[in-house]
Amino acid sequence: MSEKYSATPASAAAGRPSLDALDDESLLDRLQRAACDYFTQAGNPHNGLMADTSREGSPSSIAVTGFALSCYPVAVERGWMSRAEALQRSLAALRFFRASEQSDRPDATGYKGFYYHFLDMHTGGRTWTCELSMIDTAMLIAGMLTAREYFDTDAAAERDVRELADEIYLRVDWHWAQDGKSTIRQGWKPECGFLHYGWDGYNEAIVLYALAAGSPAHAITDECYRAWTLTYQWENLYGHDFLYAGPLFVHHYSHAWIDFRGIRDRFMHEKRCDYFENSRRAALVQREYARRNPNGFAGYGESCWGLSACDGPSVGRLDASGEPHRLFGYSARGVPYGPDDGTVSAPAVLASLPFEPQLALQGLRHMLAQYPEMLSGDRLAASFNPSLADSHGRPWVSDGHYGLDQGIVAMMIENHRSGLPWRLMRRNPWLVRGLRRAGFRGGWLENVAPETSR
Amino acid sequence: MTTAAPSLPQDEVELRRTRHLHPTQWRNPEPASRYHLVVIGAGPAGVAAARAAAAAGARVALLERAQIGGTSLNTGCVPSKALIRTARLCADLRDAARYGARVSDETAPPDFGRAMERMRRIRARLADDDSARRLVASGIDLFFGEARFAGTDCLRVDGTMLHFAKALIATGARPNIPAIPGLVETGYLTHENIFDLTTLPPRMLVIGGGPLGCEMAQAFCRLGAKVTLVQDRPLFLPREERDAAQLLSDALARDGIAIRLNNRITAVRGQGETRFVEMVSDNYHSTVEVDAILTGIGHVANVDGLDLERAEVECNRASGVRVDDFLRTSNPRIYAAGDVCMEHKYAHAAAAAARLAVSNALFRGSERLSRLVIPWCTFTDPEIAHVGLYVREANRRGIPVKTYTVPMHEIDRAVIDSEREGFAKIHVQDHTDRILGATVVARNAGDMINGLTLAMESGLGLRRLERVIHAYPTQAEVIRAATDAYRASRLTERVRARLTRWLDKT
Ligand SMILES: Cc1cc2nc3c(=O)[nH]c(=O)nc-3n(C[C@H](O)[C@H](O)[C@H](O)COP(=O)(O)OP(=O)(O)OC[C@H]3O[C@@H](n4cnc5c(N)ncnc54)[C@H](O)[C@@H]3O)c2cc1C
Repeated sequence: MSEKYSATPASAAAGRPSLDALDDESLLDRLQRAACDYFTQAGNPHNGLMADTSREGSPSSIAVTGFALSCYPVAVERGWMSRAEALQRSLAALRFFRASEQSDRPDATGYKGFYYHFLDMHTGGRTWTCELSMIDTAMLIAGMLTAREYFDTDAAAERDVRELADEIYLRVDWHWAQDGKSTIRQGWKPECGFLHYGWDGYNEAIVLYALAAGSPAHAITDECYRAWTLTYQWENLYGHDFLYAGPLFVHHYSHAWIDFRGIRDRFMHEKRCDYFENSRRAALVQREYARRNPNGFAGYGESCWGLSACDGPSVGRLDASGEPHRLFGYSARGVPYGPDDGTVSAPAVLASLPFEPQLALQGLRHMLAQYPEMLSGDRLAASFNPSLADSHGRPWVSDGHYGLDQGIVAMMIENHRSGLPWRLMRRNPWLVRGLRRAGFRGGWLENVAPETSR
Repeated sequence: MTTAAPSLPQDEVELRRTRHLHPTQWRNPEPASRYHLVVIGAGPAGVAAARAAAAAGARVALLERAQIGGTSLNTGCVPSKALIRTARLCADLRDAARYGARVSDETAPPDFGRAMERMRRIRARLADDDSARRLVASGIDLFFGEARFAGTDCLRVDGTMLHFAKALIATGARPNIPAIPGLVETGYLTHENIFDLTTLPPRMLVIGGGPLGCEMAQAFCRLGAKVTLVQDRPLFLPREERDAAQLLSDALARDGIAIRLNNRITAVRGQGETRFVEMVSDNYHSTVEVDAILTGIGHVANVDGLDLERAEVECNRASGVRVDDFLRTSNPRIYAAGDVCMEHKYAHAAAAAARLAVSNALFRGSERLSRLVIPWCTFTDPEIAHVGLYVREANRRGIPVKTYTVPMHEIDRAVIDSEREGFAKIHVQDHTDRILGATVVARNAGDMINGLTLAMESGLGLRRLERVIHAYPTQAEVIRAATDAYRASRLTERVRARLTRWLDKT
């Protein structure tokens, strides 16, 4: 087996108008299409697995696979993919995961209904000695449930999608992942059991908690979600009150699937806010940080921001003052404590689109105009760093493309344009049940039947 | 067994310290028939208690088996902070060029021997303050020897029986040695002997990323050792808030410390002068080769040999002597204070608690330990200081919290000093201005936390604190910046509209 799954974008079609000449809608359309195309180029059609990055030899990431499953309906609705192809691709993934080995063997695909973070593109077995990942499994499952809601006809294949998705969801043992503790553990390895990474504070895990609370089979304990929110910090920073988390992506990932407009848990109720509004404020805080630019990095400003978990330069170079510039490679960059080495992520800015459409677009247009190198074939690189410019003044740009970036960009543009992913997931009974069990009330949650179930 | 334990030079400086803290020719006094208060242990807690009782006219005996000053003066706060001062200077020198200053030879290694000598001189100098002579002069009967209870109202020291109306146990704590196979055989350092070193171990491994581990790892790294810091949890200083611990971790890495978080040490082997430390992180095994190991994670109360059962004083190995909020033990005559019984192990906390215990024991006070506002600081660079509640504690108690966060890069003086790393976070009860707690991470956070402690102790909220004028430019202005943020967020739209209307009228 030596098939290559390369996601090098088809070279930008010559003769098309340049991006800066486009109006907002057409610009978003171009970027979104290129992002969606990642999933037709970087996947293994036989098992539906998606490459983590477009780099040579990249393994599959289950979270990226979850994004792929969520993006097929978008591609269909936009006319970029036939419903039949989307169905085909979704079924390939669902069938693979349904049949994959679930055991505590070190080379299985998953265990207790969860899956390893990275899988071999061909065999689907665990790669490296990566962890069984709870959050990444949640994003994979969210993708499957998106497919479950989209493929809603009586056709046998579409019914298969729904049955497989339910089966895969229902066998996840979320309760086991608490390991007897008050909150969900983040990972597990057959070699050493549960991992203990500090995972305190607000982060991207609401979708994990909601799915875990919604399971009729293996739900987390009643107090689990609340126990996690007790680690939250509500902070006033740069004049904004918000539920603090440093890296921008934290304010996006769960929001790709969950429409947080108007629904509140106990914490947000107390703070008279909601998670949607909170992500808007997080974008403002990020932008304000870049405007203040405490470390004096090149390019930063009101239209160039976005510190997030992303690729970055790792080989040291001297900056203009002759000082060695500390570089952090791939890391979770955040505001206001960094680490900050002058690297920003355009996909993270674009993913703020539903929350702050104007600022996100303004930032994106500015960055595209100033640093066109970060776009190849209409697809955004993970990050760029104008402080590390070459002799022609071109910024350092992350190599290739990351599936997570393409996924979040495609979904958030769609949520902004039509709200399709949100609409689909609003009718998912497991998510609805989970949000309610986690204490969410109000808004659209009041209008769905209490226990919708097909 | 590899290397012998370090031995302290017996020079004039050390003789002076001994003369002050445990004179060789000492003769215990003739005991009084009954003491109002007998204090066991002459560390910060014991000395503070004895002085307070004597000042109030009580007949008081103070018992010490080793040296006056306890851990704090001899093997804790004082020597560690003296070394940290040198270490900080070394780091500044390394940074000199960035400030436009020049050092003749940037590559010359620090003079570890001189640094230790300086520390010993300072320690001997400070020993004078609490010397045996001075304590006796303030009216305290000072006994040297191992104390041991003989009943519920009497104890024996050096063969002499002392009867008491009340007693205070202030015997402190000692380092806990982790049960790692091979560690005892190969030899290790603890805070009890690390300050006896006269030469720098070229490669050193520190077990435990709590305050002491982090402080010593950074100091020894800056003094020229190649340091590996091993912590079995995901972050250092597990009690502090995540951002503080993360900033510290970044700072330690920048200094060049090899950081091993989430690593559990499984075994130590010695070969000649070298020690091989084996550890595992998840399923990755690795071995680090070093010349010295510093350990002492956590503490065990010093209660062995006290015969607490005879005094009917309950005690447990993990948390030490059991006391109530008034610092009374299970024997109503006997109180305890300091490291022997308290969760927060700090010199100032020990002393404050001891004074409280004396007031409760001798003067029928009913002061509660939980009412004390006790700050603390980890003296790394940047320093990490805290007072009051952490957000997670407030959340757990159901108190709604809002945190005013000001990054140090917002403060002129921090920018001027090129010390932009860090923050102040002031936690207030939401919808009020009541300060619940605060964390400051800054180069001199320890000094800055005192202002906030003052505010909390005197019940000043952010509204009153807003009126305090801070000298410009100082890093403590970060507190003013937080009160500014408070005012801005309080000025609701409605108020702002009213103000505009008023301004329009004038
Ligand atoms: C390396 C290091 C650095 C530190 N840095 C700081 C710092 O910067 N700031 C801070 O606030 N704290 C610091 N601490 C902690 C601080 O030293 C302790 O909290 C403080 O010394 C506790 O005081 P104590 O009186 O309770 O006990 P101790 O200081 O331990 O004193 C107890 C005394 O009791 C004596 N004793 C014990 N048993 C008997 C017995 N049976 N009979 C007679 N005498 C007995 C001992 O010999 C000792 O002298 C540090 C500690 C260490 C180890």
